[in-house]
Amino acid sequence: MRQAVIDGAPDRAKDLAARALAAGIPPLAAINHGFVPGIHHVGEEFGKRTLFLPDLVMAAEAMKAAINVLEPEMARRGSHREVLGVVVLGTVKGDIHEIGKCLVSILLSANGFQVHDLGTGVSPEKFAEKIHEVNAGIVGMSSLLTTTMQGQRTVIEFLHKEGLRPRVKIMVGGAPVTRRWAEEIGADGYGANAMEAVALARRFSDAGVAAVVP
Amino acid sequence: MRPRCELLDRAAVEQALAQALQLLQRPGIQIGGDRVASLLSSSGVPIDRGVARIREAVALDALQTAPRSFPLYDRSGRAVVQYGGDAVHFAPGSSCAKILDFGATGPRETQARDLVNLVRLVEMLPQYAAQATAVVCNDVPAEIGDMYRLLLALRNSDKPVVTGAFTAETLAAMIEMLIIDAGSAEGLRARPRAVFDVCPASPLNWSEFGAENLIDLAQAGVPAEIVPAPLAGVTSPVTLIGTIVQHAAECISGVVIHQLASPGAPVVWGGAPAIFDMRTGATPWGAIESAMLAVGCAQIGRHVGLPVHAYLLTSDAKFVDTQAALESGISAVLGAMAGIHMISGAGMIASLSCQSLEKIVMDAEIIAMTHRLLDGIGLRPDLPAQSMILEAVERGSFLKLEATRRHFREEQYLPSDVIDREASQSGSPAQDAASRAHARVAELSSAYRAPTISPEVAGAWAEIVNAKAAIPEMR
Repeated sequence: MRQAVIDGAPDRAKDLAARALAAGIPPLAAINHGFVPGIHHVGEEFGKRTLFLPDLVMAAEAMKAAINVLEPEMARRGSHREVLGVVVLGTVKGDIHEIGKCLVSILLSANGFQVHDLGTGVSPEKFAEKIHEVNAGIVGMSSLLTTTMQGQRTVIEFLHKEGLRPRVKIMVGGAPVTRRWAEEIGADGYGANAMEAVALARRFSDAGVAAVVP
Repeated sequence: MRPRCELLDRAAVEQALAQALQLLQRPGIQIGGDRVASLLSSSGVPIDRGVARIREAVALDALQTAPRSFPLYDRSGRAVVQYGGDAVHFAPGSSCAKILDFGATGPRETQARDLVNLVRLVEMLPQYAAQATAVVCNDVPAEIGDMYRLLLALRNSDKPVVTGAFTAETLAAMIEMLIIDAGSAEGLRARPRAVFDVCPASPLNWSEFGAENLIDLAQAGVPAEIVPAPLAGVTSPVTLIGTIVQHAAECISGVVIHQLASPGAPVVWGGAPAIFDMRTGATPWGAIESAMLAVGCAQIGRHVGLPVHAYLLTSDAKFVDTQAALESGISAVLGAMAGIHMISGAGMIASLSCQSLEKIVMDAEIIAMTHRLLDGIGLRPDLPAQSMILEAVERGSFLKLEATRRHFREEQYLPSDVIDREASQSGSPAQDAASRAHARVAELSSAYRAPTISPEVAGAWAEIVNAKAAIPEMR
């Protein structure tokens, strides 16, 4: 299972997940002891620059394929997966760039976070709705353009208005974004790259946003 | 399709060659020493008051008997350098008397320890196909300086070596060291591990020492690299084409001496031509015109079918700075696209006078990028690319395609940390290229492992060197 993820082989991962269920292996054990070590390995090697973005993406695809097979059985058994935190992620409204944001999503998943990636052009309302829905503890916002980074402030203001701001830690990133900008708009942290975003989320997690999710 | 650079059309090449052949008869080539005079006159070359007048037929014969290509071998006997065909290799520049330490405000004199450090660093960089006896050991007695440099290269590296002798006597001893390395004189002839640079004096002059070097190397079957260094406007015509013509005559005259001594012995059409800075009297090997001269000279060499060499990838800057990078990068790319089989000059700054370890690692990145350029735009099995694009549309991202994962390593050269490609400045303070290169030097140097050399071989080398002079303790 670990190797299927490292090799970035979704079909093999899916097959192994099905065989695990057929053999009576608890789905949570298959995830935590079978597939997760693979995604951890890929994440670590990516950090060391011995594996690369396509390896990471393909590993995430394999992981996703396995979890899709195992999740229904987990739900049936009522078992829960412990994660470091629940993250809602998105590129703000008006901006359609997502490579950096996707990388953050993959790396956060690889590092034990449950990530809800809302994609691009996400409105403040959609961020708020998802935070409610999944009981998120961390919000990550990306924008690639100086013209759209203002949208990060708009989301934070909206979360204040909705009374959600105290419930979440907010991290921002993107090419034009700086630490100073993050402070100015009242975000809780800034990541210059995907690895820094993960480190930041881990700090939030250590500070008490860990969660148990279905 | 392999990218190529040519600066002369066929008519110009043929005209330059024809003029070079004329120069060999008028004014002719000055030669020094009885031995070369006797060799030439016995082959029908008339010599009058030290000037040899080489007829076209003799010159063309020599160009015919010289091999079109030959390999250099590493210690294990693998042919790792090919002088010929489409091969392009790089080696550090030779014989600097100074080195610039990282952070220093100026260079200092080189010592044996500096050559050891440089050879070990080059050993760790696969971009370098060969070593060079890159610096002079100022702390070693001058009478064994050349032998001692070769000794340090052989002791610390498995790679082939670009070297040279300072005297006729030490050349014999250096050949003896290489025979020990190869196991026998026949072994050395069959699998040469070193090439010796031999330089005529421009204009059109072979000293007794240079000419005898050519004869001795030819007879030992050790490759000779003829490296004229005409300076446009001072020791050769100010026009680029004029210097190229004179350079060709100097190379051909060397090939004649060499091939008459031993027809079929391996020889290289080398060069270190440069313009001359009329404002300062300096010789800017980093100038674009100097690179153009090297490309033009190599074009003539390739036209006559000989393996070619040039000095490029070097700079006139005094530090490992922006000027060093731009001059080195431009000239490396031009030389590689010109199909120059061996490009010397890496690590050099200050107009071939100073070496830098940091520049060695920076130049290794230039070399790797240059090789990537030479590989060209490959027509992968994915062409036509429509299927890949359709699949990406379906799956939402090119990053999710197996083809992306499969091909990106072939399509892209992934540089070391010497090259900063971070998307943006991360939390740690950004460093300039020289600082990153300095860190890489430390990393590579600490990972170096010495080659395995039998005590008998090492002892025999030391005996040869010790026989010439008392030397400092071997490091």
